[in-house]
Amino acid sequence: MTTLQDPPVESSPEIGRERRRKEDQRLITGRTRWTDNIVLPGMLHLAMVRSPFAHARITSIDTTEAKASRNVVTVLTGADLGESQGTLINAWAITTDQVTPAHPPMPSDRVSFAGEIVAVVVARTAAEARDAAELVDVEYDELPAAIDLKAAAAADSTSGVLAHPDLGTNKSAFWKFDSAEAGTGGDVDAAIEKARGDGIVIEREYRQQRLIPAFMEPRSTVVDPTGEQITMWSATQIPHILRFALAATTGVPESKIRVIAPDVGGGFGGKLQTTPEEWLTFCIANRLGKPVKYTETRSESLMVAHHGRDQWQKLTMSAEKDGTVTGLKVELLADLGSHVSLVGGGVPVLGAFMFNAIYKFPAYQFNCQTVLTNKTWTDAYRGAGRPEATFAIERLMTELAAELDVDPIEIRRKNWITHEEFPFMSVAGLEYDTGNYEAATDKALEMFGYDDLRAEQQRRRESGDPIQLGIGVSTFTEMCGLAPSRVLGQLNYGAGGWEHAAVRMLATGKVEVVTGASAHGQGHETAFSQIVADRLGVPFEDVEVLHGDTQTSPRGLDTYGSRSLVVGGEALVRAADKVIEKAKPIAAHLLEASVDDIEFAEGRLSVRGTDQGVAITEVAAAVFAAHDYPEGIEPSIDSEATYDPVNFNYPHGTHLCAMEVDTETGGVKIRKYVCVDDIGTIINPMIVAGQVHGGLVQGIAQALWEEAVYDDAGTLVSGSFVDYLLPTAADTLSFDVDHTSSPSTTNTLGTKGVGEAGTIASTPAVVNAVVDAIRHFGVDDVTMPCTPERVWKAIHSRGAGGEAATEGAAAPHFDAAEGTEGAGA
Amino acid sequence: MIPAEFDYLAPTSVEEVIAALAEHGDDAKILAGGQSLLPVLRMRLNAPEVVIDLGRIEALRGVRDDGDAIVIGAMTPHSVVGGDPLVAEHALLITKAVEHLADAQVRHRGTFGGALAHADPAGDLGAPALALGAQFVIAGAGGTRTVEADDFFVDLFETAIEDGEVLTEVRIPKHTGWGARYEKFVRVAHQWPIVAIAATVRAEGGTIAEARVGMTNMGSTPLRARAVEAALTGQPATEDAVRAAAAQAADGANPPSDLNGDADYRRHLATVLTRRAVLSAAGA
Ligand SMILES: Cc1cc2nc3c(=O)[nH]c(=O)nc-3n(C[C@H](O)[C@H](O)[C@H](O)COP(=O)(O)OP(=O)(O)OC[C@H]3O[C@@H](n4cnc5c(N)ncnc54)[C@H](O)[C@@H]3O)c2cc1C
Repeated sequence: MTTLQDPPVESSPEIGRERRRKEDQRLITGRTRWTDNIVLPGMLHLAMVRSPFAHARITSIDTTEAKASRNVVTVLTGADLGESQGTLINAWAITTDQVTPAHPPMPSDRVSFAGEIVAVVVARTAAEARDAAELVDVEYDELPAAIDLKAAAAADSTSGVLAHPDLGTNKSAFWKFDSAEAGTGGDVDAAIEKARGDGIVIEREYRQQRLIPAFMEPRSTVVDPTGEQITMWSATQIPHILRFALAATTGVPESKIRVIAPDVGGGFGGKLQTTPEEWLTFCIANRLGKPVKYTETRSESLMVAHHGRDQWQKLTMSAEKDGTVTGLKVELLADLGSHVSLVGGGVPVLGAFMFNAIYKFPAYQFNCQTVLTNKTWTDAYRGAGRPEATFAIERLMTELAAELDVDPIEIRRKNWITHEEFPFMSVAGLEYDTGNYEAATDKALEMFGYDDLRAEQQRRRESGDPIQLGIGVSTFTEMCGLAPSRVLGQLNYGAGGWEHAAVRMLATGKVEVVTGASAHGQGHETAFSQIVADRLGVPFEDVEVLHGDTQTSPRGLDTYGSRSLVVGGEALVRAADKVIEKAKPIAAHLLEASVDDIEFAEGRLSVRGTDQGVAITEVAAAVFAAHDYPEGIEPSIDSEATYDPVNFNYPHGTHLCAMEVDTETGGVKIRKYVCVDDIGTIINPMIVAGQVHGGLVQGIAQALWEEAVYDDAGTLVSGSFVDYLLPTAADTLSFDVDHTSSPSTTNTLGTKGVGEAGTIASTPAVVNAVVDAIRHFGVDDVTMPCTPERVWKAIHSRGAGGEAATEGAAAPHFDAAEGTEGAGA
Repeated sequence: MIPAEFDYLAPTSVEEVIAALAEHGDDAKILAGGQSLLPVLRMRLNAPEVVIDLGRIEALRGVRDDGDAIVIGAMTPHSVVGGDPLVAEHALLITKAVEHLADAQVRHRGTFGGALAHADPAGDLGAPALALGAQFVIAGAGGTRTVEADDFFVDLFETAIEDGEVLTEVRIPKHTGWGARYEKFVRVAHQWPIVAIAATVRAEGGTIAEARVGMTNMGSTPLRARAVEAALTGQPATEDAVRAAAAQAADGANPPSDLNGDADYRRHLATVLTRRAVLSAAGA
């Protein structure tokens, strides 16, 4: 019989142990609390009435029939709720003059994307709320909609379509970094000018298609306004930020709000948001004085939970004839959608420091224009800004190699930072702490069998095999561990980047660990238990990790940006160390020794040079009884720590993808995928493998499968999993994953983030492999996702397969007209 | 994803189904495996007042030998059809197609008759049924009639089943000893085909004695590539001969354009997949 429990292993250090995740038994069997499982006495249910139009004036809303429907309590519109609904906030105005449309949860006059809420039905059951929602009669005056990103960027008050006519522009903010101005490098325009004369200039335009996070658990919120405090359960990544934002925008005192993120079924950044649905549930529960629940449908989730990516990238890179890079200029258009959501405008800025990546560019410039359109708003999605940057630079380096007819590995070796050069100040002004690109690359090449595959590629080309082979390279780095608060301040971000932890030593010998980093599937409970077990010398099983409730964990900044371990874990280490320090004088007292003679190892405080000692858990029991402890100190060894990182950290790795392309159909198939990631110290190899595998699949999916497509009217065409192609286990392969380790110098354990690495690195590796397989047909790009149709057209037209194949959803496999044609149809 | 309210009937005989259909007319929908109907109800694309579940009618389940044909009951789940030895022996093309149909969960709930009655032009069973010359047995108030495959598929989601009728079983003429291949072209594993080709071949030595070719998602109904079949007859099972015949696969077809590919791309795919399917079915 297999069980989820590991056999106990005596005194092996926990850090580095392949522990099975202690939370999985309850998560997998469903014997746990997802938000939608929460049922309260007298609870009412909401159903949303949403606009079918991307841009329209609301001319009338008739709720009479809906209100009369069975068991309907009330139907509310934007006009009914007015100011009482509060407002949604943008926490990161990237410039002081950013244009930020007002963002009521439910507008009363005009809708600005398809799916925006125009009325809410409150009923005794979810089914009755849904039934009545169909009866709400809304009349609209349709307005022209700004859908295409480039057209929206070009529009102004005199020509083109504006997403919000009253703002007079679709341009929200323009953000720029220039190495010459910042004093971190030279003048990029001069470098490009020079290369036009005596070197090489690579100019490309790439599309980062719009993606849908598509987390497993649809979003759900329950609000209970009975009692002194208002409690909100929500399927969110950010209970602390949510509580702060609710208080800040509704006028309800923060101390009166408790937010609980119970077990949360995935997020990928998609639940790093404060949502209209949360605000409306909160407002309506308070208004009615009853518990209220809202759980979205999958269709709603795909349509209105924020989307990710969606950029046009114009890139100019200069190099000397020998392949030494001299400059990089980045010009981005980023689609915000209809509003600047919580950190939406800032996502491209998180990529601003990463386009230069691991290469020694003497000159660098980054320009980004954020643009409003009449589509669902965009915000963080696994990697947030860094996948976009990594894609661009790793594609460009490969193009440079092709232009010079050298191996893509060779061009990277020529330009990357060598391991002796760390710490390294990048041209974007970041100090990379540690890394060894040579070591990771050498290991990856060997695992991959690079030379053999290159030889096979050559053979297939020469014989004109219908199946061509391509090899894609991505030597990525990223910045993670959001974030030093001072840096965030300089970037005008609305909060800090610290994290908080507490360690409570219970009288019975158990340890409660409280973290502000609330997990939504990552395995914090296991990894954090391992860290504390090692630090305090207590059994892994005796450590309980509490999180996700602002009452048990009052301080925290939540989970995103690969921060939990590197920031939250460090706070935990510091809190545990404080416990030991607090235990020392008490142990000295109990052992009748001097504090200076007390040393701590493997869970015991002992008198140096003797066999006398006491377990830290015994000290915990002693201070609980408090019958005998030194005067002048408090009877507690519980401790807390808030840690504000001094720097980001910089995982890196080398990813290699071998791709078979069927030139007759355009079909692609990954033959082999090798990655060697350097993420510093590994706490739990199994959790790391899970993060890497899942991350890889998500990045591969951007390259090959996923795209949120809107039609010209602004309707989401890929609005179900029939058209939004999400990979399943059947689409994956066995990845060859390994590691090198250059421990980070910015935290005690030497860890680096791993949550986003796979996603960031894999997309360009895959597209590079597709292009490499068919470059000899004159192809130098395939637009993402690299559909078979695009690949086939690229081969036959020597283009990128471009904008073909966006004509509409597949025929409706679930026929809308069924039944109108009689029972047999 | 909550359907509108409906009444639920679970008759135990075909007669009761016909009576219920007569009583409720347009307000009723037949429920087989529910793998197409339930999404429709949940997305509120349709809201019948009565749902008539065929799940309790034992007579509609199972596969039997009937002389020169095998008979598959309308309510036989895909998973049973896919694993049935009679089907594998006499209609291998069906077995091959079911292997690629959806995922294991859907194959356990969805039914042979439900899928064919649903008549999704991207459904995986229509082209094999057409290629094998299946006969559809349909019961109604006036008794039972049999419709040939060529007449069964009328249009997108529309079949020869009339109001008040129910599909009870499908007879498939035996193609014992014929090789078969279902070439399904998809982007992710669990997807309706962008295009699929159903080919079954009776080979004699290295020669194609007879071939049947059906096409999925190349028009508003499954299509039969008769020109290809004719061109293949008597040809050697070689790459060149089959390529020449397959080149006509898309002639006259009117495939859709959507996110997965435009019509021209589908026409091209049809020729490539036809060549591959036929060569494989011929054992070449
Ligand atoms: C996730 C998913 C993936 C899928 N992937 C594929 C795929 O790759 N390929 C594929 O071919 N299919 C696929 N399907 C559809 C699947 O094959 C369904 O099982 C099939 O289309 C319908 O069969 P059913 O028994 O579930 O019928 P139901 O959904 O119960 O009924 C479908 C329609 O047929 C009518 N009907 C059913 N039985 C009869 C009868 N005996 N007489 C008259 N009318 C009847 C119903 O009234 C209804 O209109 C998929 C479905 C899902 C949910």
